[in-house]
Amino acid sequence: MSVLHSDSYDLVVVGAGPAGIAAAAAAAAAGASTLLLDENAGPGGQVWRGLTTTPLTNREMLGKDYWDGEAELGKLRASGAEVIHRATVWSIDPSLQVGVSHGGSSRIVQARKIVVATGAMERPFPIPGWTLPGVMTAGAAQTMLKSSGLVPSEPTVIAGQGPLFWLLAGQILRMGGRIDVMLDTTPKGQLAAALPKAFGFLTTPYFRKGLKMLAEVRSKVRIVKHVTRIEAHGEGQLDRVTWETAGGKRGEMASRLLLLHQGVVPNVNLAMSVGAAHDWDKQQLCWRPRLDEDGQSTVPGLYIAGDGAGIGGVGVALARGRVAAHAALTAMGRKAPASGLSAARAELAKANRGREFLDLLYKPAEQFRIPEGDTIVCRCEEVRARDILSAVEIGASGPNQLKAYLRTGMGPCQGRLCGLTVTELMAKARGTTPEQIGYYRLRAPVKPLMLSELADLPQEPAAVKAVVR
Amino acid sequence: MTPMFSHIPADQRPTLEIFVDGQSVQARRGDTVAAALLASGLDVRRDSAVSGVPRLPYCMMGVCFECLVTINGVGNRQGCLIPVEPGMQVEIQRGKRELGK
Ligand code: FES
Repeated sequence: MSVLHSDSYDLVVVGAGPAGIAAAAAAAAAGASTLLLDENAGPGGQVWRGLTTTPLTNREMLGKDYWDGEAELGKLRASGAEVIHRATVWSIDPSLQVGVSHGGSSRIVQARKIVVATGAMERPFPIPGWTLPGVMTAGAAQTMLKSSGLVPSEPTVIAGQGPLFWLLAGQILRMGGRIDVMLDTTPKGQLAAALPKAFGFLTTPYFRKGLKMLAEVRSKVRIVKHVTRIEAHGEGQLDRVTWETAGGKRGEMASRLLLLHQGVVPNVNLAMSVGAAHDWDKQQLCWRPRLDEDGQSTVPGLYIAGDGAGIGGVGVALARGRVAAHAALTAMGRKAPASGLSAARAELAKANRGREFLDLLYKPAEQFRIPEGDTIVCRCEEVRARDILSAVEIGASGPNQLKAYLRTGMGPCQGRLCGLTVTELMAKARGTTPEQIGYYRLRAPVKPLMLSELADLPQEPAAVKAVVR
Repeated sequence: MTPMFSHIPADQRPTLEIFVDGQSVQARRGDTVAAALLASGLDVRRDSAVSGVPRLPYCMMGVCFECLVTINGVGNRQGCLIPVEPGMQVEIQRGKRELGK
């Protein structure tokens, strides 16, 4: 990995979405030697995906919020931070050594402080038939749209809830893509439950934009409300989607593409593998790292920023990135501009407004989080809900025991797409809480690695002597 | 087979040639391997490692590993994270888990 300029840095940042870009730019601008590592081909994370390469150069198409990313990216470029794309971070240990591979070879880099900004992933949406080709996440469709200008062109159903559910529909329609029906799974009565928290949300720019988007989508697409059951059907490929509503109405649609979305959750694999403590977030129904007010985890020197620290969206992510960078600089004894940390903290407080309302409004319903019967839970190892319930019956007490029974979470995705479901399913079956059940124990490498990449690590003479005779 | 996704007319990026199981495919510069496969109109379903049922990419952001393909002879690469390059040889992974690639 000759691309690295050094093997030690003041700050290593993992992930070049809003939080990582903001953190790296702030630290490097203050004079800290800073390395930003990112898995994708270009900067932007999910929100600003394809920022430097998108074919959608007409600015109306992706809108101002997307192009705002350019200013933050400009700051990063001017800061002097070293940025490496297509770099996979496969391990971080508590002494803050980072294992990274790039272009087929690996290195270990020593950091004084680390900011993990690995963002969010979509909440698993385990419905019958969700492994059929043609069933994808809404985020997947948005990625295709932003980075490749690809929109659905065959009969398409979008199902779920949350801000991205509506945003994606609006974007697809504006670009001439096809949506035949939208199945809104927001449970009945949830708007009333969320309203007492609406005040904070009303004062954010998202409120007016949100209303406009909703009106636009509603005027163009058929929307089915209070959907309580969704099934994907087909032989080796999706050909039909069926549903049922709270009012007992059934419906079906022939379709080639089903896009699913019920919110996003922190992508916790890397932070958990370092040993950072995580708690169950009862409101957002996901794991969330235990952090101090500046984003430092229970592993000293390891900060977590962005949606990986708890879902907050792009404004919160930028603010958290800057807070973490300034706190890390201060902790290293660097003379950061005194105003930096307090300004970033104020930015964060402001950005957090309105979140509670969205969390309450879009809390996903239990039947879409905790599947039953033949529905697949672990896509990689093809384990079904009933297999897990049987394993619980004969004694599996938590996700780690379950691995021994069923191999759940041991396939290539390493539990990313079944972990939450397994925890909630087992908690329900055992009549206990997700905290009590816990999560998979995660270990490095957190991304699959070729042996040749490991073998390529520079070897200390002592290490070679220990094994070569 | 008509692909589920089509390029919007505004997409004027130059194309480049990759090979999918030996067949020539025109991909657009900047596309990931997974996006190019989905836009190609070919049957690009791989077989799952456990029971051999067909799968296609699910998340397109590096999480689900449903996009695994063999690229230039190296197996189990995440197609949604790797950009296409001219002359790239992509193979769809058929049959159960292939060891040694
Ligand atoms: S499509 Fe999910 S990891 Fe590539």
